[in-house]
Amino acid sequence: MPWWSLDITQGNVQPLPIAIADFQSQDGLGKQISDVVSADLRRSGLFAPIDPSAFIQKGLGPDVSPNFQDWTVINAQALVVGRVSPEADGRLRVEFRLWDVFAGQQLDGQQFYTNPDNWRRVGHIIADAIYERITGEKGYFDSRVVFVGESGDKANRVKRLAIMDQDGANVRYLTDGRDLVLTPRFSPNRQEVTYMSFGNGEPRVYLLQLETGQREIVGNFPGMTFSPRFSPDGQKVIMSLQQNGNANIYAMDLRSRATTRLTSTSAIDTSPSYSPDGTRIVFESDRGGRQQLYTMGADGSNQQRISFGDGSYSTPVWSPRGDLIAFTKQSGGQFQIGVMRPDGSGERILTSGFHNEGPTWAPNGRVLMFFRDQRGGGGPQLYSIDLTGYNEQKVPTPGYASDPAWSPLLD
Amino acid sequence: MLRMVSQSKTRIAVALFAGLLVAGCASKKDGLPDNAAGLGLGGANGLGGSGNVVPGSPQDFTVNVGDRVFFETDSSDITATGQQTLQRQAQWLRQNTQYPITIEGHADERGTREYNLALGARRASATRDYLIQLGVPGNKMRTISYGKERPVAVCDDISCWSQNRRAVTVLGGPSS
Repeated sequence: MPWWSLDITQGNVQPLPIAIADFQSQDGLGKQISDVVSADLRRSGLFAPIDPSAFIQKGLGPDVSPNFQDWTVINAQALVVGRVSPEADGRLRVEFRLWDVFAGQQLDGQQFYTNPDNWRRVGHIIADAIYERITGEKGYFDSRVVFVGESGDKANRVKRLAIMDQDGANVRYLTDGRDLVLTPRFSPNRQEVTYMSFGNGEPRVYLLQLETGQREIVGNFPGMTFSPRFSPDGQKVIMSLQQNGNANIYAMDLRSRATTRLTSTSAIDTSPSYSPDGTRIVFESDRGGRQQLYTMGADGSNQQRISFGDGSYSTPVWSPRGDLIAFTKQSGGQFQIGVMRPDGSGERILTSGFHNEGPTWAPNGRVLMFFRDQRGGGGPQLYSIDLTGYNEQKVPTPGYASDPAWSPLLD
Repeated sequence: MLRMVSQSKTRIAVALFAGLLVAGCASKKDGLPDNAAGLGLGGANGLGGSGNVVPGSPQDFTVNVGDRVFFETDSSDITATGQQTLQRQAQWLRQNTQYPITIEGHADERGTREYNLALGARRASATRDYLIQLGVPGNKMRTISYGKERPVAVCDDISCWSQNRRAVTVLGGPSS
């Protein structure tokens, strides 16, 4: 690891100056790909791409060694160069090299072959490689987000399931807006989404195959089912079942269709989320009065409250790293996004305002996405924030958007 | 504020046999009578005037009886005003038995999505239980929760949010 290796576990990170040269190509595609790399790294808050107009050595490709002095002069700590070339079979070959400018050494160099339609993905994969090489942490750029796209006025909002790349590109709608849809969540293999839909009759939890568009109701429950989420092995869906005034948590095995009741209180138990090893579950309950966070074993054993701060806590989500639980907190008329350790200690609020809700973790457990609404007749938008709380970014969507859920890394 | 413990059956029994005012959940409606929030939803007959309304019609129910009750924040307790409304509803529904009944529960926007789905269901359930106690057959009433997804009033202050914390008795099936 080079001497300037970023420690992103610290509270306040100075972004690393990095030079990203336009990738060479016969058309504009090289620059488009390197622009994706640059935008990913900039949005992470850990890198500060240098304005290319400051570059002294122009047109640099991956075949020649850089004139390092030209890059140290402009204070570039790292340098990325690349090239895109067409293959005879119609695919693209995309190469890149990552240089440590001060050490004068290559840190990484890879090439990829891809269908031209996937050019943005290649950019994200390269950005992930650079992020990992320099921070020592896995990246999160080659991932997608499923969310609810909203349109129309607030009293009669049309909601459609939608999927996009994590940077807001390549939006595709998965439902037509006739049925109200809420809270989509990815399966671990990213092939399926579980969500809640109002359809005809009772609102239910559904399963949607992304490839085929096929969908089915999950289970045969005697009431509204909602707030679904997959287990980490993808074998189960955990959700709430509403019966009269109470909501309890059930797990359903998708192969055997067997259901297991995990909570039984005269309260609202909902928003269950598994720990990444599948042994524990965090959820919210108002069994003690207001909504608070609780953990339990995956079999429902040993239920214990973990949130004790001033206010109410909801929508807990266990980090894919296992080290933190993200939540929505309502306190003093504000809606906040925060994190705490699984034992409830170390609570930190990352953002606070009129309405922030529903965090979801980036696959590397370093960034959260959530939705933010405003007072009055507007609508919600998606935002991301890193664990320092300093790097907050709006995530572009075609209209209003809510209920984001981040996919695992693609492969 | 602590949520009132909502054992609705117990609470209804108390309300019915020990008087109408339930301690701790007396109505604070921000000046709005329960049936005034039918604004714009009452169909062609509009407000107040019952002149053209056919007795026993859904319009009659909405305009002259009042199709909705309101709730305190995070509560599903039937308020004193709500009890009066439901007594009128029950009387009307016992006389006009031809309609299937759907009770829609709603929450205001000042909560998270999943909790509000359950809270809306809890309000619909409490309303249904109350009507059952007053002699409306339970097998004719289904409930559905829309959580915070279908606000009737869109604005940004407390009086507005209070109109959205509601249970609406809909004749003939769900309205949305």
